[in-house]
Amino acid sequence: MHRSPSRAVPAGRRQRTGVGASWQHGAVPPATRSRPGARKPASGNVRSWDEPTLAPVVLVRGPEDLLRERAVDGVVGLARERDPETEKVELEGATYGSGQLQVAVSPSLFGEAKVVVVSGAEAATDELYADVIAHVASPDPETTVVVVHGGGQRGKKMLDTIVASGAPVLQCDAVAREAEKAEFVTRELRAARRRAEPEAVRALVDALGNDLRELASAVSQLVSDTTGTITEGLVDRYYGGRVEATGFKVADAAVAGDAGAAVALLRHALATGGDPVPLVAALAMRLRTLAKVAAIRGGGVTARELGLQDWQVRNAQRDLQRWTPEGLATAITAVAQADAEVKGAGRDPVFAVERAVLTIARSRRG
Amino acid sequence: MSVWDDVVGQEHAVELLQRAATDPTAMTHAWLVTGPPGSGRSVAARAFAAALQCTGTDGVTGGCGRCHQCTTTLAGTHPDLTVVATDKVVITIDEVRDLIGTAARTPSLGRYRVIVVEDADRMAERTTNVLLKAIEEPPPHTVWVLCAPSVQDVLPTIRSRCRAVVLRVPPAEAVADLVVRRDGVDPQVALTAARAAQSHVGLARRLARDPEARRRRTAVLDVARRIRGVGDAVLAANELVEVSKAEAKAATEERDAAEKAELLRALGAGDGETLPPRLRSQLKQLEDDQKRRATRRQRDVLDRAMLDLLSLYRDVLVVQLGADVDLVNAGDAAIVRALAADSTPEQTVRRMDAIGLARERLAGNVAPLLALEAMAVALRPQG
Ligand SMILES: [Zn+2]
Repeated sequence: MHRSPSRAVPAGRRQRTGVGASWQHGAVPPATRSRPGARKPASGNVRSWDEPTLAPVVLVRGPEDLLRERAVDGVVGLARERDPETEKVELEGATYGSGQLQVAVSPSLFGEAKVVVVSGAEAATDELYADVIAHVASPDPETTVVVVHGGGQRGKKMLDTIVASGAPVLQCDAVAREAEKAEFVTRELRAARRRAEPEAVRALVDALGNDLRELASAVSQLVSDTTGTITEGLVDRYYGGRVEATGFKVADAAVAGDAGAAVALLRHALATGGDPVPLVAALAMRLRTLAKVAAIRGGGVTARELGLQDWQVRNAQRDLQRWTPEGLATAITAVAQADAEVKGAGRDPVFAVERAVLTIARSRRG
Repeated sequence: MSVWDDVVGQEHAVELLQRAATDPTAMTHAWLVTGPPGSGRSVAARAFAAALQCTGTDGVTGGCGRCHQCTTTLAGTHPDLTVVATDKVVITIDEVRDLIGTAARTPSLGRYRVIVVEDADRMAERTTNVLLKAIEEPPPHTVWVLCAPSVQDVLPTIRSRCRAVVLRVPPAEAVADLVVRRDGVDPQVALTAARAAQSHVGLARRLARDPEARRRRTAVLDVARRIRGVGDAVLAANELVEVSKAEAKAATEERDAAEKAELLRALGAGDGETLPPRLRSQLKQLEDDQKRRATRRQRDVLDRAMLDLLSLYRDVLVVQLGADVDLVNAGDAAIVRALAADSTPEQTVRRMDAIGLARERLAGNVAPLLALEAMAVALRPQG
């Protein structure tokens, strides 16, 4: 099962930023890097989605579609490396009928090796669960069965049985937090034997982070179109015009108190047909990061738990020197109001975003 | 026993419906049952349907609860009863046309053909107009029972053609009695649950039966106490959103799986086969619908959490003003007292306004996390 990124806030963290308190300075725990989509080295033979291996039964599990596809491709690729004639047989969990797995794993007429991929195990028939459990007890050493489960509680007994058997589990957790997306980009680049400035990675995540597939295809485009280290300027040339990227630039200027630059960028984006909704989302995300880093300073929660990267913490700490809790509260309130107005509660969505931007810039101290 | 046993705290409405079922001169062929969520609209509608069909036992008629007509109607297996319950956003015009066809058929076993529409407010105006003609001149054997949260939720044209039955929020004691009777839980637990659910029958039963549901509710209330600053507020908002997402997923995954299997079969995918590419768009369509349903469900869960928080601050205000009223959250009185001691009545009212605003925003499609962040920020202690 996919572990939710939220964590209960321990009661021991009360009484820190009370009435009118300023931010406390404290040691910030190091933001340990976690691997995107492979957050869970719990029990069993769990590995990352990008570490495929061959075994009689392989479980690919987790909610991230793209990573599940990659993981399955990885296993099939390994099988074909070993034997180019390997046949890939696909079974769909939702329509699975009793006995089909046994038929699928039985040797083919010409004796080719086989990989049987069972997809949709998160929404499969009970027959599938029963057959997989039986198969795990006496697997066929010649054939690889890849069970693909998208997360959730259905088929839990089957999942438990596979994990308990020691079969490899390729974990495909959601790549949701900015730090995970950044790490995903870095790994994609590493696989392509390329390097990028940290600022370039950040700019890519800002511009395309809403969709992991888009992010992946942007990386492969940059890799194929360019040579050498990928710089922020390069990313900006390719994707800087996207409204999401603009949104973060507006947010950065507003958080830095530069109302003039923020409004100029904003007006340009809106005048060229930019959608105000992602602009507001970008403002909200920057303020959220500030508030989270403020919470880290209070203690009791770490950057790692919140999925923040070192540079995010560093930047936010720098910004926070100029922010009071009251200012941050005012800014968050203004952005929520702007979102409501952009989504129909107000008559002038463009003005609503502009007012929020000005409020953010003004809420900063001095 | 009688079919009215589970229609709790609605003596007036029961009397009206029971008379209509037994006295032909008091009978009407179109009814509009309104009442706040959890007041038992659909329970009342089904009880009425049973009472209409009842053939009586030992001289008791009008919903004896024991004859074959009563028991099959309540069980939903009576061939002359059609119940339209939807968790979709709208009832489509095609569905209503089908209903009108059904309504025209003579009853097979019972005295009436009864059509219950549970969410009559979820109809577009065009659809309502189609329905209008049918309820204006129904066949003599047909009874329409429309349900909606309030009279204002249906078009005036429908309203004027229906006899109105208004359900009230039942008293907590009546709901607690029902919970004790139905679920056999301890009366004190039942009463605490009924109060916490603010007399929402379904919710009260869930809280009374499921300690996990009680724990989740307390955790939501405790969020209010834990928020000490802006950082906590943002983390608390995140926590509420993640919990609601997980709850929505858990509630929908079984049904999602069944629907997917059904669609694949309907599209002709053989056993264990994946769908050919040309049919995948239909699967995609289903998956999008399911995602939307999960989103709606998540919003409902969040809205419930906000109603719980609202009830908490109402209690806080009651304590601060020294009013002699039963607390909604008697089971979490410690949280109520702590918050009451820590703030002024003016602050409490401002916080209630912030929660109300967040509910509006959520209904208006504001990003849930952002709406809750703004709310949580307003709940923090302020000078
Ligand atoms: Zn009867």
